[in-house]
Parts: sequence; C-alpha cells; structure tokens
Amino acid sequence: MIDKIVPHFEAALAGVPDGATVMIGGFGTAGLPNELVEALIEQGARDLTVINNNAGNGEHGLAKLLALGRVRKVICSFPRQADSHHFDRLYRAGQVELELVPQGTLSERIRAAGAGIGGFFTPTGYGTDLAQGKEVREINGRMQVFERPLHADVALIKAERGDRWGNLTYRMTARNFGPSMAMAAKLTIASVHEVVALGELDPEAIVTPGLFVQRVLKIARAATLGGGFKTAAAGAPA
Amino acid sequence: MKRWTRDEMARRVARDIPQGSVVNLGIGLPTLVANHLPAPCAADYREVMIHSENGVLGVGPAPAAGEEDYDLVNAGKQPVTLLPGGSYFHHTDSFAMMRGGHLDICVLGAFQVSGSGDLANWHTGAADAIPAVGGAMDLAIGAKKTFVMMEHCTKSGEAKIVAACSYPLTGVACVSRIYTDLAVLDITPAGVQVLEMAEGLSLGELQAATAVPLLPLIP
Repeated sequence: MIDKIVPHFEAALAGVPDGATVMIGGFGTAGLPNELVEALIEQGARDLTVINNNAGNGEHGLAKLLALGRVRKVICSFPRQADSHHFDRLYRAGQVELELVPQGTLSERIRAAGAGIGGFFTPTGYGTDLAQGKEVREINGRMQVFERPLHADVALIKAERGDRWGNLTYRMTARNFGPSMAMAAKLTIASVHEVVALGELDPEAIVTPGLFVQRVLKIARAATLGGGFKTAAAGAPA
Repeated sequence: MKRWTRDEMARRVARDIPQGSVVNLGIGLPTLVANHLPAPCAADYREVMIHSENGVLGVGPAPAAGEEDYDLVNAGKQPVTLLPGGSYFHHTDSFAMMRGGHLDICVLGAFQVSGSGDLANWHTGAADAIPAVGGAMDLAIGAKKTFVMMEHCTKSGEAKIVAACSYPLTGVACVSRIYTDLAVLDITPAGVQVLEMAEGLSLGELQAATAVPLLPLIP
C-alpha cells in the first residue's frame, strides 16, 4: 500500500541534512507552512539555503530559523518587509547571502526545475541590475535574459486537503508557490488540514498530483494570521 | 494652479480603463484606482477583471471588518474578496498571465520614468537599502500597456520624468502613459506628449518641472 501520511513532525522532517536547499511555500503568511518550519527548527539541520518569496516575518518560522543562524543563503524576491528585522540585521552584518530574483522568474525557475527544463529566456529583468552577467538573446524581436532552473532537496508546503497518495488541494491564495515547489524538490513535505480517503478528492480538482509529494502531515487548522506587509522605503513609490 | 489630488489622479486613470479589461494595480498609489472604477449602478459602468500576482483573478473589494481571511490576500498582503467568476491559480500561472501578455493594463508607482519609457521603481540604490524587487520587473514588462502613477516631482522638487533614470532600472522602454499630479503624458516614439494638464498650469511651468522636452498639447 502506498501511504505518504506521516504521524508526526519528527517523521515529516526526518533526514533533512545540513547544507540542504529548502523551498518554503507562501506569499507573506498565506500558504506559509509555519508549523513545518518550526519543526525544521526542532529537527536541527543547519547551513541551509532557503528559497521563499520573502525572508521571514516577525519572530517565528523562517524569521526564527534565520535568527538562529541556520541559514547560509536566501533566494527570494522580496526580503524587505515591515517585520523582517531578523533578515535585515543578518544581511547588513554580512551573515546571510541574498540572491534576489524577480518574483515571476523565481516561480518559473522553480517550475523549470520540476519540469526538467535546463533554463529559459525571459524578457523580465532585461537591461536591469538583476540581469548582470547573464546571457541575453533577441527572440521574436524582444531582448530576453537566460535564467537557470532552481532545484531543491526539500520543499515545505501548506495545502488544504490531501490523501495517502499525496494528492493535494489548496485554499484560496494560499496556493501560490506550493504546486511549483512540490515539483522541484526531491522531498516534498506537505501539511494539510484534512486527510481524506483515496478517491474522495475530486480528480478534476486535484491541483498537485500525488507523485510530486513524498510526505503528508495533518495539522490542526488555525486561522492564517496577517503579516508580511510590504513597507515603503524612504521615497519609495507612493 | 491646482494640483490633482491622489484621488483625482486615480479617477483619471480609472477613466482610461475600458470595458472588459484585465488590470493589475500595483502597490501604493495605484491601488486607489480600484475605488474609482464606476460601480455597477453607474451610467458609465465597465466590467473589469482585477488580477493580483499572488494567484487571483476577479479581485473584489476589501472585506467588511471581522470578515478578513488571510488566505485571500492581494499582492500587498491585504485581505481582499473574490467576485463571482473569480478564480485562483498558482504563482507560475499567475506570472505566465503577466509575462505572456494576457493582461491589458498594469498601473505602477515609480521613482523615475525616462523620456523613452524606462522605469525605475524598485530600488533607490542606496548602499544600506535592502533590495527587494517582488513582481515589479515582471509587471513592468508584462502587460500590453504599462501606466505609471506618480507625483510629478520629488518632495525636494526634482523632476521624476528624466532623460535617463539615475535609479536602478525596473524595465526598459516599458511605460506607455504617465499620470501625475500635474499632467497626463504619453511616451511616444517622437517624445513625451502632453495629453492633459492640471487647471491653471502653463506648458512652461510643466516643462520646468520635467527634465525632457515635452510635445505640447494638441488642441
């Protein structure tokens, strides 16, 4: 019997090695698998490269992982937030490396890894600092920048319902990076609020087919809290 | 001379959004545009689909107090609602909508716009600033038309429409129209064309506040 349901956090995070590249889903707090990140903190892996849209909010989850000095490098699109003080401090002190990627390019690089694509040309970022040193080519009359796939050892994602084959559905905009990250990691660990019997998820509505998921952990539902609001830097666009 | 207020600027942008458009409104000033799209009861009502890059099309108004659900947020991470007909999708599809040219109009804020439509709106380049780009570069090049909404000059009075951006670029030759508190201007192959000016403003005054030559209003 195929059964990807794991009984507790320890089983969910078992075997994540030091030095791993870990994708973490979520856009701000929506879709952020905070409980799995807390479990990763417990688990102890260090020297991590973290791929997330942001770089942690407040005191918990990714912010805490950073504060504990467990992250070597962050690959993200928007680290600067109202409550990203742990990242801000580490970055200014040169204690964490940052690879800044335009959001759509970040997502597509993740998808490309999952799809077995060796990279792609995109018009995004052409002529900007974020394209420096990258190959450019004119395609269909438009200048485009070559971007490489982003693979990961582990993906931590938050879904809504799941079954023992690893099939997943999501809730509202909490879906965000989950489906692409699930494709791109060797080990995808999904938290769900409901585990249902095989066959109960409408096959027409399954968003992430089970083969992209290795472990499913049921956690109690708690309302998603707000947070991760963008801040305007001095003189930022009004 | 009477400068346009932020709400007047937003109302002016809203007027240029045609029936049936798919629109993305950037963080900050551009989000005001949603408040000025004509309501269904209005004579000039236009049905518009609002896209937010975190995976939602058909964004509705802000929820009533106490009804917020932080699983349903916009790009600014503020709680929103979904209109009937609205849909959710994952991030990669959402940016494919943008990059693939499926959005009609994107409205963005800016630090600077060059006379040829280069946009700088993501980073001041200050040494201690933490760079954060988000979806700005994707948005700049993604829609069929990119509108910029900004104050005409900086707080210290420097022109924000310039010959070449001094701030780091977000996109090259991507802006089609600029709405400021003084004027509405089109970026054209011939130059920056004045379309409208605030009441009582002379072309000379507008030119003095703009660092590229302006093509005067066509009467």
